[in-house]
Amino acid sequence: MLKSGVLDPQGDAVQHALGALGFNGVEQVRQGKVIDLELADMEEAAAKSAVTEMCEKLLANTVIESYTVEILL
Amino acid sequence: MKVAVVVFPGSNCDRDMAVALRAAGFEVAMVWHKEARLPERIDLVAIPGGFSFGDYLRCGAIAAKSPICQSVIAHAQRGGFVLGVCNGFQVLAETGLLPGALIRNSNLKFLCKDVDLKVQSTASSFTSGYQQDQVISLPIAHHDGNYRLDAEGVKRLQDQDRIAFTYQSNPNGSVDDIAGVLSENKRILGLMPHPERAIEPAHGGIDGQAMFQGCLNQLASA
Repeated sequence: MLKSGVLDPQGDAVQHALGALGFNGVEQVRQGKVIDLELADMEEAAAKSAVTEMCEKLLANTVIESYTVEILL
Repeated sequence: MKVAVVVFPGSNCDRDMAVALRAAGFEVAMVWHKEARLPERIDLVAIPGGFSFGDYLRCGAIAAKSPICQSVIAHAQRGGFVLGVCNGFQVLAETGLLPGALIRNSNLKFLCKDVDLKVQSTASSFTSGYQQDQVISLPIAHHDGNYRLDAEGVKRLQDQDRIAFTYQSNPNGSVDDIAGVLSENKRILGLMPHPERAIEPAHGGIDGQAMFQGCLNQLASA
């Protein structure tokens, strides 16, 4: 996700489109992305730390983006 | 003076860049992204425009992690000169060699047109061929040229005279109209406009020439 405070032109456009469709009360739209990783068998903690490192090194640009890691078993 | 032009899958301004650099008098070596290191005795590295790796993940993100980029980072850390144009600027931002990030244009459109820029700093080799506050015209061609940097970062750039160019009429939403930024040592320039597309009258303008010529002159006299 773009960090709060970082302009999100795509989110703004989606918000306007929702308003045009008659969906009222949408105060803000922030657009992000989901990256699904399939990992070899490992402990949950090890998986979390590996994916966090991947986020820091490549998957997210932490200058403008925040990320959360969720392990689905 | 010897320059390496880095080529990624999806680069499309690499040959224009080479032509512009040769016209200024540089000796040009094209370097494929899988090379582990730059050629010997390189004075300048130029990262051209295009869509490296299809802009997958984020513009420039995958190129920034390629083998050659580790060598470009090492070159920069030794005080070497680096020029990144358009996608090259995005790559440099992704490596962290330049601050900030480039996101989708505020109007969501791909912009392809000439824009007027003001020269904000002549304190770099790249901008030494221009006059302070000179207005020049260069083409832009990008979808993700909206420069984002927090207020503290922008202030740092201002205080250190590191804003190279600003847009006269902001086309893409960039903070403070910023079109190009310099590293702290002024040896790295990233900019969204294309100087290599404005080097002969048939291009519709020659305002890009002074960047390559100024750079060569300064490097040759250093």
